[in-house]
Amino acid sequence: MLAYAIRRLGLSVLILIVVMTAMYGMVFLVPGDPASLALGPRATPELKEALRERMGLDQPILTQILYFFGNVLQGDLGVDVWSRRPVLDQILEVFPNTLILGIVALGWALIMGVLLGCAAVVWRDSWADRLLGVLSVSMISVPSFVVALYALIVFAVWLNWLPAIGAGEKGDIGSQIRALILPAFAVGIGWVGYLARLIRASLLEVMEAPHIRTARAFGMTERDIIFGHALRVAIVPTISVLAIGFGSILSSAVFVESVFSRPGIGTLITGAVEKRNYPVVMGCVLFMTAFYLFIVTAADLLIARLDPRVRDVLRG
Amino acid sequence: MSSAVDGANPVRRGIGRALVADRMGLAGLVLVVAFLMMALLAPWIAPYDPIALDVKARFQPPSAQHWAGTDHLGRDLLSRIIWGARLALGIAMTSIGIAGAIGLILGLIAGHGPRWLDGILVLIFDSMSSLPMIFFALAVITVLGPGTATLIFVIVLVSFPAYARLIRTQTLALTQADYILAERAMGAGSARIILIHLLPNVIGPLVILICMDIPVVIMLEAGLSYLNLGVKPPSPSWGNILSEGYNALRQAPHVVLVAGVPLVLATLGFTFLGEGLRDVLDPRGAGRRWG
Repeated sequence: MLAYAIRRLGLSVLILIVVMTAMYGMVFLVPGDPASLALGPRATPELKEALRERMGLDQPILTQILYFFGNVLQGDLGVDVWSRRPVLDQILEVFPNTLILGIVALGWALIMGVLLGCAAVVWRDSWADRLLGVLSVSMISVPSFVVALYALIVFAVWLNWLPAIGAGEKGDIGSQIRALILPAFAVGIGWVGYLARLIRASLLEVMEAPHIRTARAFGMTERDIIFGHALRVAIVPTISVLAIGFGSILSSAVFVESVFSRPGIGTLITGAVEKRNYPVVMGCVLFMTAFYLFIVTAADLLIARLDPRVRDVLRG
Repeated sequence: MSSAVDGANPVRRGIGRALVADRMGLAGLVLVVAFLMMALLAPWIAPYDPIALDVKARFQPPSAQHWAGTDHLGRDLLSRIIWGARLALGIAMTSIGIAGAIGLILGLIAGHGPRWLDGILVLIFDSMSSLPMIFFALAVITVLGPGTATLIFVIVLVSFPAYARLIRTQTLALTQADYILAERAMGAGSARIILIHLLPNVIGPLVILICMDIPVVIMLEAGLSYLNLGVKPPSPSWGNILSEGYNALRQAPHVVLVAGVPLVLATLGFTFLGEGLRDVLDPRGAGRRWG
């Protein structure tokens, strides 16, 4: 287990290093130089020269990269080109909003997905099963930001039930929850369909197992078998899917956050892209990469702990 | 693992008929054909010029004159949506085509080439496909500046690793097959093995994956254009129409409501068609709706 954990962590660190180098190197690929790119079109030659010196661009490139790595390790992701505020501060300020949105979205998707998946198995091969199948595919394929826009028009503009923009008042839990409902609905809906499919397929496989046949022979109802015995086995494969799913949830959060003008990583990075504020963009990418690698690695280690067979795959 | 490959020929004759028999696949086919027609025939079927301004007629709700209403500059929305189909499908097919070609080449190299190269390529594919790629896409857009060319580049960047991984897996499985070993024993070079034997066998699964990816790419194009980071206005991208409609949401909600419809129908159509195709092409899944 230890050997596996070390290899798995090593792989994650390697990926992180590749990503950091790529992000840092990307600036050098464009015509012009990083200082003018970072400063934008309005920069004066003196400003550029000053920044070039401060960024260490007069040093050899290897020194620059090592310098950059050293800074990142100390938690210094650079400063905002326009406001001069540290990038990490800005990220930490809005990240909780995105995290909560992701967790709530994935949470309701998991609950609904499991329920719909089980329902489909209880009524398998009936019209209800087929309807749920078409419904799941539809939920998966409809773009989340279109769902967000429609939900915004219906529930915020026409019915005026929920706020159209923002993340709620600071310190007012009620308004924060109200501001979370529509975004979480839009972000999670695709995953309801996806998880429903996954749970259904996984359950159907488990339902063929001998211990389930025995339970059936003892006269247990399908419902009791599913919720009492089959589901707990069938849900294991979803752990790794959920970890990877968190990445795609965060991706749709980028779009949904801007629909609802909700402060978060998504609105931070898209705003920075529009202003060509590269330090903020790079900071967001590195932060999200590290966060995401952490989640996926943790999930892999958890699965390896639960299932010894997985450990041997990386060893060989 | 390779049943889609082995089973392709006997099944191929019945694809059309089987797809029509599958109601969801049929619905997908009808929608996809409708959007393709829209894209191809846009100049002839669009009732107005999609970027012609008519400020006096701004924000008109749907009427006999403007079936889908007009936007904040008085442009006919139906015409913009029809031209938008051409833009969405054009960008999706171009970028997916390029990504497919790159994925095919890199996947063949990784699966058939020297081991050290395979190791490096797999590390790259794994890094790329196990990360939230939209964030990288945004970084690339920052560096290159938004626009159609950047958009296509970004879509290629995001999509090709999955294709390369698929091709690599297929290639690795096939390289161990008896007939390839026999061919090699008879002295065939890598070029012959790749072109004559591997290529035709790995391309089928790639085509299915690409079909299933088209809705994702249409979504990405519209999403980035919606954020003003994709196709530049006044081009009638569905994402641009949505973003312009969003700015007048309270005044004229019909713009967003109308512009969301083609996006939903196109993604549904391609997904249904993809699902139908997979059911038909993969005999194990035949007749099972959920796959």
